[in-house]
Amino acid sequence: MRRTWWIYLIGVLGLVAVAAPFLWMVLGSFKTQGELMRVPPTWWPRNATGQNYGDLFSKANFPRYFLNSALVALAVTAGNLIFCSMIGYALAKLRFKGRNALFVLVMATLMIPGMVTFVPLFVLVTNAGLANTYPGLILPFLVSPFGVFLMRQFFLGLPDDLIDAGRVDGSTELGIFARIMLPLTRPALATLGILTFLGSWNNFLWPLVVAQTEDKYTLPVALALYSTGQNAQNYGLLMAGAVVVVLPVLVMFLAFQRHVTKGIAITGLK
Amino acid sequence: MSFTDIKQRDLRTPFGVNGVGFGNYAKALQDETFRKAAFNTAYFVVIGVPLTLVVALGAAVLLDRGVKRFQALFKVGYYLPVVTSIVAIAVIWRFVLSPDNGLVNTALGWVGIDGPNWLASKTWAMPSLIAMAVWRNFGSAMIIFLAGLQGIPQSVEEAGQIDGAGSWQRFRYLILPLLRPTVLFTSVTTGIGYLQFFEEPFVMTQGGPLDSTISISMYTYDQFGFGNYGLATSMAYILFVVIAVITFIQFRLLREK
Repeated sequence: MRRTWWIYLIGVLGLVAVAAPFLWMVLGSFKTQGELMRVPPTWWPRNATGQNYGDLFSKANFPRYFLNSALVALAVTAGNLIFCSMIGYALAKLRFKGRNALFVLVMATLMIPGMVTFVPLFVLVTNAGLANTYPGLILPFLVSPFGVFLMRQFFLGLPDDLIDAGRVDGSTELGIFARIMLPLTRPALATLGILTFLGSWNNFLWPLVVAQTEDKYTLPVALALYSTGQNAQNYGLLMAGAVVVVLPVLVMFLAFQRHVTKGIAITGLK
Repeated sequence: MSFTDIKQRDLRTPFGVNGVGFGNYAKALQDETFRKAAFNTAYFVVIGVPLTLVVALGAAVLLDRGVKRFQALFKVGYYLPVVTSIVAIAVIWRFVLSPDNGLVNTALGWVGIDGPNWLASKTWAMPSLIAMAVWRNFGSAMIIFLAGLQGIPQSVEEAGQIDGAGSWQRFRYLILPLLRPTVLFTSVTTGIGYLQFFEEPFVMTQGGPLDSTISISMYTYDQFGFGNYGLATSMAYILFVVIAVITFIQFRLLREK
């Protein structure tokens, strides 16, 4: 027991190393531009100001980006919950020709890196006239192979007897799925929903390319463009913007961290 | 698409596209910048993956054996960067690494070291990005290691203790071999992720200074941006093949050891 204190010390030092940049971001967002440029830097803001957050409204259209991000993330999450559970159910419980081949195909798409499909997907979306539209931002992500896999694994663990019982009671196939099976997968749905929401909220590359006018930007796109554009030196604005991007995710993660870490442990995917 | 000369202007009229066979692939492999990008990607993977895994394993052992009491708090804390938007992280880290008033150089100043301008230095830009990637990603491997560690029965360690093995010996000869499937899994997934090294240079350095942090994904994106869709796709496929081959090798290596 004597040696426990230094183990805790290492743990806390690690925690400080991980958290320090976040803390600096939050504190920095309340500093004036002059204080942010000071050498040596201050840790605690001397004259705390809300100016940077005001600038997010007046100089930049962050409320709009926030709404775009929320709209896209919610739509993508809803789509994944609906489609991945349906496909996962079909692959796990329904008997039809080519079922296994279909599952192998889903797993194969899981392994292909995004960069490979990126350009063809962009050409496809552009030719469909969906560039710079909300459907263009949302449609490619409505189903994910990862989600299908997660749901299939979960459905496999449910007994077939339930389906048979439903059939005996005269329920339709759709009724069996929606009324009997789906409610039982609530833990898996929660995990999938949160992971999808976080992924979509943080998604960067696709919206960067598809959102071509300012009114379609999502938060990460807006923040990236501000941080490389003429506002690159306006650290206060950038810090405040980063807080707006990060805070909802952190709150959500802290509230649902059990589901997130479970999802990671089950599947090992990001 | 990777076998055609499709360009951005062909988007509206897909009939003007010609097949060029493996022309794009040859062009990519002869391209000086592409080679530089391949080298940088390899550099990132070779240094970054082991570093990430060691930190992740260390953290997992610490959480599993050491800090029983506040385990959940530490776990959540260490995992925080993984769920954070890379763009926000980039903004923070640019600030943390800034030459005169950054957190890192200020801390170095306390011990009398004059830190470099990390991201503008040809030597230090890449190590900076690696450090940032380790900081950001070790949490997800840590969770998997933690699950693996918790799957090892207590009796294994107790047996080692009775045989008089010290804690390092127990770890090295009992725990680590049992953890091999987990190590395989995390090294493959981390490896795949790092081979696609993109976001860090994209938001931090744009591949600079002087292409010293450009990666294959980054260069692919650049070519896409120039409208060279055929060339960009062929580069993406080269990366894909490399990923497949390396993943395969990793499986073989770790299985036979």
